[in-house]
Amino acid sequence: MNELITSTAAQLAEKLSAKEVSSEEVAQAHLDRIGEVDGGERGVHAFLHVNSEEALAVAREVDAIRAAGGDDAAALHPLAGVPIAIKDLIVTVGQPTTAGSRILEGWMSPYDATVIKKIRAAKLPILGKTNLDEFAMGSSTEHSAFGPTRNPWDLDRIPGGSGGGSAAAVAAFEAPLALGTDTGGSIRQPGAVTGTVGVKPTYGAVSRYGAIAMASSLDQIGPVSRSVLDAALLQELIGGHDPFDSTSLTDPFDTLVAAARNGSVEGLRIGVVKELGGEGYQAGVEARFRDAVELLRGAGAQVVEVSCPNFKYALGAYYLIMPSEVSSNLAKFDGVRYGLRVLPKDGPLTIERVMGATRAAGFGDEAKRRIILGTYALSAGYYDAYYGSAQKVRTLIQRDFDAAFAQADVLISPTAPTTAFKLGEKLDDPLAMYLNDVATIPANLAGVPGLSLPGGLADEDGLPVGIQLLAPAREDARLYRVGAALESLLEAQWGGPLLAKAPVLGGVK
Amino acid sequence: MAEITRDDVAHLAQLARIEMSPEELDKMAGELAHIVDAVKSVSEAAGPDVPATSHPIALSNVFREDTVGHVLTPEEALSGAPDAEDDRFKVPAILDEE
Amino acid sequence: MSDATLSFDEAMEQFDPVLGFEVHVELNTKTKMFSSAPNAFGDDPNTNVNEVDLGMPGVLPVVNKAAVESSIKIGLALNCEIAESCRFARKNYFYPDTPKNFQTSQYDEPIAHNGWIDIELEDGEVFRVEIERAHMEEDAGKLTHLGGATGRIQGADYSLVDYNRAGVPLVEIVTKPIVGAGRRAPELARAYVAAIREIVKNLGVSDARMERGNVRCDANVSLMPKGATKFGIRSETKNVNSLRSVEHAVRFEIQRHAAVLAAGEKVTQETRHWHEDTRTTTSGRPKSDADDYRYFPEPDLVPIHASREWVESLRAQLPEPPAERRKRLKAAWGYSDPEFRDVVNAGVMDSIEETISAGASAAAARKWWMGEIVGRAKVADVDPAELGVSAAAIVELNGLVEGGKLNNKMAGQVLDGVIAGEGTPTQVMEARGLVLVSDDGPLLEAIDAALAAQPDVAEKIRGGKTQAVGAIVGGVMKATRGQADAGRVKELILERLGVEA
Ligand SMILES: [Mg+2]
Ligand SMILES: [Zn+2]
Repeated sequence: MNELITSTAAQLAEKLSAKEVSSEEVAQAHLDRIGEVDGGERGVHAFLHVNSEEALAVAREVDAIRAAGGDDAAALHPLAGVPIAIKDLIVTVGQPTTAGSRILEGWMSPYDATVIKKIRAAKLPILGKTNLDEFAMGSSTEHSAFGPTRNPWDLDRIPGGSGGGSAAAVAAFEAPLALGTDTGGSIRQPGAVTGTVGVKPTYGAVSRYGAIAMASSLDQIGPVSRSVLDAALLQELIGGHDPFDSTSLTDPFDTLVAAARNGSVEGLRIGVVKELGGEGYQAGVEARFRDAVELLRGAGAQVVEVSCPNFKYALGAYYLIMPSEVSSNLAKFDGVRYGLRVLPKDGPLTIERVMGATRAAGFGDEAKRRIILGTYALSAGYYDAYYGSAQKVRTLIQRDFDAAFAQADVLISPTAPTTAFKLGEKLDDPLAMYLNDVATIPANLAGVPGLSLPGGLADEDGLPVGIQLLAPAREDARLYRVGAALESLLEAQWGGPLLAKAPVLGGVK
Repeated sequence: MAEITRDDVAHLAQLARIEMSPEELDKMAGELAHIVDAVKSVSEAAGPDVPATSHPIALSNVFREDTVGHVLTPEEALSGAPDAEDDRFKVPAILDEE
Repeated sequence: MSDATLSFDEAMEQFDPVLGFEVHVELNTKTKMFSSAPNAFGDDPNTNVNEVDLGMPGVLPVVNKAAVESSIKIGLALNCEIAESCRFARKNYFYPDTPKNFQTSQYDEPIAHNGWIDIELEDGEVFRVEIERAHMEEDAGKLTHLGGATGRIQGADYSLVDYNRAGVPLVEIVTKPIVGAGRRAPELARAYVAAIREIVKNLGVSDARMERGNVRCDANVSLMPKGATKFGIRSETKNVNSLRSVEHAVRFEIQRHAAVLAAGEKVTQETRHWHEDTRTTTSGRPKSDADDYRYFPEPDLVPIHASREWVESLRAQLPEPPAERRKRLKAAWGYSDPEFRDVVNAGVMDSIEETISAGASAAAARKWWMGEIVGRAKVADVDPAELGVSAAAIVELNGLVEGGKLNNKMAGQVLDGVIAGEGTPTQVMEARGLVLVSDDGPLLEAIDAALAAQPDVAEKIRGGKTQAVGAIVGGVMKATRGQADAGRVKELILERLGVEA
């Protein structure tokens, strides 16, 4: 494979600033790769829209600035010219934003998300928009209205979700970097099952302005990459305070890259969460997880077991809070101001009936299921028992984290209980699907940051396993320090990145 | 199992403005009952003394100064509208009377 | 279909009314509640909107600090407690004027609660109205119903939506049930809304123009049998948007409820629509969502903690309350009750206060405003203050009259000139050649001519019928085109005829 597409973002950045390659060549190589592996019957189908012209134009602009030299060249962002893919839940001027839903098909946002403004300012060519479960609701990307994305490790398997498109794009070398959004694990779980790195920052560390809301109190935009350092570079770029997001933190998050460059676990207390393992966890997942813990211990970390007894309520609390917020956040899709409008087949033509017909036709089954569930959980007579109780569970989970972080600097667990399952396998069993997020959800409920990195391949199926690291709120840097250390320990064992073991897609060169 | 009838779902679907066929209502009632069963232990998890957390990271008093910022042009505002007239969004009748 | 009503007197013989009001006040901030788009009235459709106001995918709200401060001021002016901590909530319902299909409002934690205001009725009787809460929320867009015959929602074929008003900051003021108003309930309703309007206008937080919808009233009415203490079933008449309508709507609902109850039936708990043309209400279609708004805390906004220092610094900025100010001014000016009430009702209290501080006496200020300017404003169909007569001009004009330079009739002409923009009173007087003739020479000439013209009258006066002098005075005034001092003319005539006054 072309070295331009297998390089990490950090490696590309170095080659670009050394003028060993041009940004245009890099962008073109990725566009070529997309053309090679993304389309067709058995394509990865990571992209819903490919933005070739604009990406190349931005790349040429970066090349011109570099060629001219001087202050402008010196002022270029380190990632200038490194291409990126954007989860199609994040609004972009000039490209359609669909949220993976028929109800927004063809919609063009008149404004850019804050993270997109930052990416444009830093001059990263945007390759296109990546596939996702409709409105980020799912763990397999099968709930996309535009067809599923396939896992580059096995094209018959799911790439995780909801950000399966971003993870698959990065795993299939279609993009070195991508943006995801993580509400209950939608960055980390796809990372785990595709052998890539994904980070959910501390809630509020990255602006949500322009990320189409699924569950406002849980959503967070974060980086998808092939290395811990790349994720740090991207989070530092997109993070920071945004006055357009009232939940945006004012704390600086500017030590992430330094942390990723100085990975170490010497003397660090690492907490194994007792409740995130055991029943429901695939044997191969648990084996790789234990290996990782032993590697850390061998590198000087002090491993302790911690208990988070209320994590058993996390999935239930999540499946009350999330759909409740979903039911309200998705109310705006009604066929009045933008998007699809469908007229009722018969009977009187009133706006109420048009809204009903539009939403019936525009939303898929999972979206409808969650909207109805959320409507139920918020409705009179049920609020206290459901939504209210779930908010209390959130407090209990935060207390569990507080207690655990009193004993450990970082927590560790498998990211997902299983490796990638077969397409269609859990599509008709919502509860089985929901269990994929059991280990990732507590971080969203508590707002703490979480990082998933590849932990090796499960013995029984040869598919990637993800290791999740969790840190206290605002301590994202700690994740990058530990993540980078574990990554280098593992890669030393493997003799290179895990993705080097992935099957070769497309035409072999 | 949680008692969720087709009529309950029909009411929820009406509140949520999603037209549903009788078959969809039946299917949804069954699925909903299952999910509610799976999550309802939540209501017994915390006692009355536990406060609710609605924001994962507690902030307060996040304000904007009262200074005029950007606006969209009517063309931008209406660019995605399914129907429009005279720079306004056009919607079918609100009432079906008369 | 029109509802049966009992006469108001019959209703009052049998029942005691209980009232309740929800008044929405639009704040006059520069920008909207949650977006930086302009808060402006009357602009072209969908020009004061950005992606936030249109509820576009991905947008987030940010609270306008000025709107919060205005809301706290309203709370303080209504003698409310200001919550140490409050938050926003989502009120979920689908309606095309509501861009997100939820209204961002406050629910269980309003910014202000537990207040009161004293409402003075025209005869001076004072009612204390207790305030349940005042909360912050956002306005909806504006729907125009087309295709029907009437422009009303009923029978329209389609509607057009302008979201300029969407997101305009509102404060909703909710009263506790008002018991004991008896037959004065309609009057109290009007006076309450008038008082709220006056308070928010006085605070400077709202333009308070009811005709623009800056102040909008929902009126709740229920009846209970005389002497009972358990409230009856209420109706809520929505959007009663003038003071006159508030009074009529409450009166109509009392009469309608009375007819229902007197017939042994139950009042339906419902929303009613007010019809200004017929002065009646009709049943609103029961909204299917209305029973279940699925409120929950707005996750995109964070709580507001109003520190006591902040609240006190806002309290220190409050102007004198209108009722106290009226009491103070009435005492200072020495007007009688009816005099002062007329001044207030004519809307010239501020103008009179300015005129007095510009140097006029209280009596003179009242004379000019009530005697001259109010009438002219009525003819011109504008507010008296909008005629453009400055306090300084009135002081100057009054000085000209008192100094004998103008008589009252001429002063009226000068005032007309001032209103027409011809300049200061002195400039108008000079330009129009209005000079009071007080030099006896020219007057005597005119008197002699008048006496000669009416010899019979002159004879009568000589004979002692001094009251007939008026006819001669009139002749002189006519000859001098009104520019003579009538008093001096009378003196001179009597002198000429050798009659003792
Ligand atoms: Mg109300
Ligand atoms: Zn309201």
